[in-house]
Amino acid sequence: MNESILTLLIFIPVIGALAMLVFAQFGGKENPDGFKWIAVIATGIQLLLGIWLYLNYNPTDTVLTSAFTVQKEWIPQFNIQYYIGVDGLSMPMVLLTAFLSFICVISSWKITKSPFGFFALFLLLDAGMMGVFVSLDFFLFYVFWEVMLLPMYFLIGIWGGPQRQYAAIKFFLYTLFGSVFMLLAMLTLYFYSDPHTFNLIALIDTAKTIDATLWGFQIKYLIWLCLFIGFAIKVPVFPFHTWLPLAHVEAPTAISVILAGVLLKMGTYGLLRISYPLLPGEVYHFATILAVLGVINIIWGAANAIAQIDLKKMVAYSSVSHMGYVILGMAAVVSNSKAGAEAGMNGAAMQMFNHGTITAMLFLLVGVIYDKAHHRYIFFPKDYKDKALAGKQGFGGLGAQMPIYSALMAMAFFAGLGLPAMSGFISEALCFIGGFSVDTTFAGESSIIRILTIIGTLGILLNAIYFLRAFQHVFFGKLNEKYKELTDISLRELVCVVPIALIILILGIYPAPLIEMIAPTFSNLIDLIQSTPIMGI
Amino acid sequence: MPISIFTLFLILPLASFIFQLSIGKRIGRNSHWVSLSFIFVTLCIALGNLFSEISHHSDEHASNLVFNWIDLGTFKIEHGFQLDSLSAIMLVVVSLVSFLVHLYSTEYMKGDPRYTRYFGFLGLFTFSMNGIVLADNLIMMYVFWELVGLSSYLLIGFWFEKDSAANASKKAFLTNRVGDIGMFLGIMTIYFFTASLGSATLSFDGITALFQSSFSSFTPADITIVTIAGVLIFCGAIGKSAQFPLNIWLPDAMEGPTPVSALIHAATMVAAGVYMTVRIFPFLTPQALEVVAVVGAVTAFGAAIIAITQKDIKKVLAYSTVSQLGYMVMALGVGAYQAGFFHLTTHAMFKACLFLCSGSVIHAMHHALHHLNDHKTDPQDMSNMGGMRNKMPITYASMLIATLAIAGVPLFSGFLSKDMILAGTLAYYHAHHGWTIILPIAGFGAAVITAFYMFRLIYLTFHGEPARKDVYDQIHESPLPMAFPLMLLAGLSLAFSFTFNLNPMDSHGWFTHLISEGINVVGLNMSQVIDGIHHAHHDAMIISLTVAGIGIGLAAIFYLYKLVNVEKLAGVLNFFGLYNLSYNKFYIDEIYDAILYRPFMWFCNLFSWIDWDLYDQKFIDFWGWFTLKISDGAGYSDYNWLDQKLVDGFGKITNKFGQGLKVTQSGIIQNYLLGGVIGFVTIFIIFKAF
Repeated sequence: MNESILTLLIFIPVIGALAMLVFAQFGGKENPDGFKWIAVIATGIQLLLGIWLYLNYNPTDTVLTSAFTVQKEWIPQFNIQYYIGVDGLSMPMVLLTAFLSFICVISSWKITKSPFGFFALFLLLDAGMMGVFVSLDFFLFYVFWEVMLLPMYFLIGIWGGPQRQYAAIKFFLYTLFGSVFMLLAMLTLYFYSDPHTFNLIALIDTAKTIDATLWGFQIKYLIWLCLFIGFAIKVPVFPFHTWLPLAHVEAPTAISVILAGVLLKMGTYGLLRISYPLLPGEVYHFATILAVLGVINIIWGAANAIAQIDLKKMVAYSSVSHMGYVILGMAAVVSNSKAGAEAGMNGAAMQMFNHGTITAMLFLLVGVIYDKAHHRYIFFPKDYKDKALAGKQGFGGLGAQMPIYSALMAMAFFAGLGLPAMSGFISEALCFIGGFSVDTTFAGESSIIRILTIIGTLGILLNAIYFLRAFQHVFFGKLNEKYKELTDISLRELVCVVPIALIILILGIYPAPLIEMIAPTFSNLIDLIQSTPIMGI
Repeated sequence: MPISIFTLFLILPLASFIFQLSIGKRIGRNSHWVSLSFIFVTLCIALGNLFSEISHHSDEHASNLVFNWIDLGTFKIEHGFQLDSLSAIMLVVVSLVSFLVHLYSTEYMKGDPRYTRYFGFLGLFTFSMNGIVLADNLIMMYVFWELVGLSSYLLIGFWFEKDSAANASKKAFLTNRVGDIGMFLGIMTIYFFTASLGSATLSFDGITALFQSSFSSFTPADITIVTIAGVLIFCGAIGKSAQFPLNIWLPDAMEGPTPVSALIHAATMVAAGVYMTVRIFPFLTPQALEVVAVVGAVTAFGAAIIAITQKDIKKVLAYSTVSQLGYMVMALGVGAYQAGFFHLTTHAMFKACLFLCSGSVIHAMHHALHHLNDHKTDPQDMSNMGGMRNKMPITYASMLIATLAIAGVPLFSGFLSKDMILAGTLAYYHAHHGWTIILPIAGFGAAVITAFYMFRLIYLTFHGEPARKDVYDQIHESPLPMAFPLMLLAGLSLAFSFTFNLNPMDSHGWFTHLISEGINVVGLNMSQVIDGIHHAHHDAMIISLTVAGIGIGLAAIFYLYKLVNVEKLAGVLNFFGLYNLSYNKFYIDEIYDAILYRPFMWFCNLFSWIDWDLYDQKFIDFWGWFTLKISDGAGYSDYNWLDQKLVDGFGKITNKFGQGLKVTQSGIIQNYLLGGVIGFVTIFIIFKAF
């Protein structure tokens, strides 16, 4: 079991997709619900395996000592390996992927347009995501990274909203643009390492010995930049973020959940998995820029969210803001205070997980109201096609009409604005604490990251503004007569949302399970980076 | 008492919250018995704890570690309970007022469609407030600090169908968040400063002990850091305790049900800012305390001026609360630690009483208006009241007692605590001279105004002729569940309750014995401060008695005997814009709206336009368009030029050439032979030549 668990995690969805293919030939046409059940079973097994993995996972293991690590030859001619494993960095992401995939299948129950295609592509996407998070070979990582793209393109482009094709192509091209840089970095690393390898663990030792220049720059610095562009687009880091609101808004609910809940984390995951350990010296030089970008993300994302009139677009921009916390926390690795570096790095990792759950809950709940009311405007746009509604409040007074739904939405909103007792508070606070600690770096240079963090704390206020504003206009006030027939949230939707709500609450009150899982790994990573001698660019 | 008992302060109210939100609605109205009994048990434990604190009082601060919250290796946050006489008293205050408000609400909220949810929210509030009181460190306090903000948000917006309530709840939460940013920054500053001293800690006792041992080696830069940290943390109190310039949310918060205003926005939550300042008092530097004192003085005086002209009975009380909170804050700022906390406690009792009395009046007015089918008249407007003392004797008597207390009349609790504060401001002036004269002026000035506007309220509401005879006829005294809390709180507004001493001028009693006179480990000489207060005590008492008399006398002249026409006076004052300035709350809301809110929203919309319409649609999509154009061009040139012109050109040339050569294909053998010979000769010559 130990040896095969990770492989199973990746390929169970693929088996599910193949099963659908067979089923489609034998009776699938008459019985479209069968595809949903296959998807439920596949993701359900995956989730159970994920839980088993969590229960048997030993946080103090590294990938080198872990029993789950698998290292096999794949393409020996180029020294490419099937090398997979988990540590404290990937563990929360694996669990998040398995959990959200399962939830998303249930939440997509009402898909009527070609369920076969939807669920088969969804399972392939699931396999790709899982693969990215367990790969320890850069080539394998890159393959899975690209494997995800295609199903995502079709899922947005076929099952999305009115502008789905524009959104899909924009998402695809933008991400592909980043992938090119990543490919460049990967091949450079391969050819400059000795012996040539894609093995990310081996590269920790060899990458830092690369000593060559190109156009007067250190190659390592260029590799860092290429990797950064590739990952930054995924996060998305300002100014590479504009594919996000469009893709999130146009994607069907489940796909928005996956996009915001899992795919965005791949950007920061890639930075932490590849850029950080391989290029610690460059991390040091780039930390201030990371902090600048993180703070811009926090404030720019929130300010844009405040201006949105579409609930889903608001949530999408809130993701931009919340991913900024992760970037800011990651910059704290250069802190001269061990406690500060720990707070920042662990905070970033926790924020990745917590934002995954919170934003999933937000998108699911926005999806619920969209299914019922067929729109999700806080205010109708001024140029709305129905002139009588243009500029008017979209909902209003739903608090009395849909008490359970509004309670859940209140919880999700307050989790989003970082209320204590919800998981987001802890991770956001830790990211700030981390950033605030950096008035001097571990190499003894003074740093402006503390000042940047102080500016960033404005996010505490800005995030509250748009959530409360939206909550007021949707749920408070007199009930909009149009919606007095609206029913409260259904049981199936509750099944999707309540488990997420429980996780948010439990980790907000008692974060130890998450912290214990990640802290040892990040302690090692901080030591690795802080023990690097710092040289000029 | 065993430490585990204290968890009940959190568990019981939280259980009440969960119960009411999960199954309360199915049980219906009777579900309030669950909440009532849970809070009653909490009250009993709090009282038991207070008595044991009184009988074995020691200055030892007991703090117990119960919960290792975050442990990242080096970075740790541990939560524990702060068990001392301050928390013992606060627990009683919170549980008592909470219990009375629960009881009162069973009548006041009768028939509300969200009755059980209301009790649930009260439970959530009591839970969070007890958390603040019991917190032994800044982060734990911050956590519960935000949670009381949540319950305040939910309760202000309880009648969310009203737009004013929905707006007020949002405003309250957001205004508090402004202060909370400061508090959070302050916490981080303190954390890393203590870390640089070698022992990172956020617990109140830990910081105090650390600074006590290392203060002698502080550099001026260190003192600046501690000052900044103190002021930043105090920002949290500015928000929560509605101090200037973040005072704007509290009057709007009156949109919530009146018992909520009594509990949260008068007696307990808004006092949390003061309580927090009391907790951090030992490490507030004299410079930081100066800021605290000025903020308190401005608030105490400014809010009192606004209260004079308000017509809504709850608005008067709201501004009075802001003003009294300013007193407490000012007290701490001038080093009168004991006085500040004393006033917090006495104020909790008389202000809760005042609010519940006003609720009783509003309740009666509301029912009377409802009976008359009049939905236009504002039941909270004092100009529709008058003469109600005959109809509501219990409410009148209780409100009068509480008013005497707030006005600072001897024999009533407010006299003792306010007098100590005023002595503190006077002593501060004696010690510092110069500009600090504004502190006693603000203090005594606000005291005159307080006495004036409170008696204005009493006279307008309960004395004189009824403004609306038809309404007046329908007014009834409130039932016992509402009247009992009034009487009990009125009883606790007597000085005797705090001293067990019949001498009205003597503030010594069980309370002052329990609360120490405070310590400060960062440069404030407390024994000097305390001596100063003792010396100033006599003068302060005489002045404060005089000013209270003036205030009450003026109110009687204006509103009871009507010797001066108030309308005319207002007109005269308005010649200088003074009346409107007060009535419109110094236009602070309008100013914020104009200089902060509107520009901010404008910028957000601008950012959104830049982000989407400009940056994405124009710049990013430009690259898409550009690539398409390049591709189009490439496609065009590929086909039209490369393929059609060049490749096909070769074809055409070949074709033409072939066409030309075709004529040589004549079929005449001689020509072919001739051509062959020419060719052969040519090749021969070429080969020969090379």
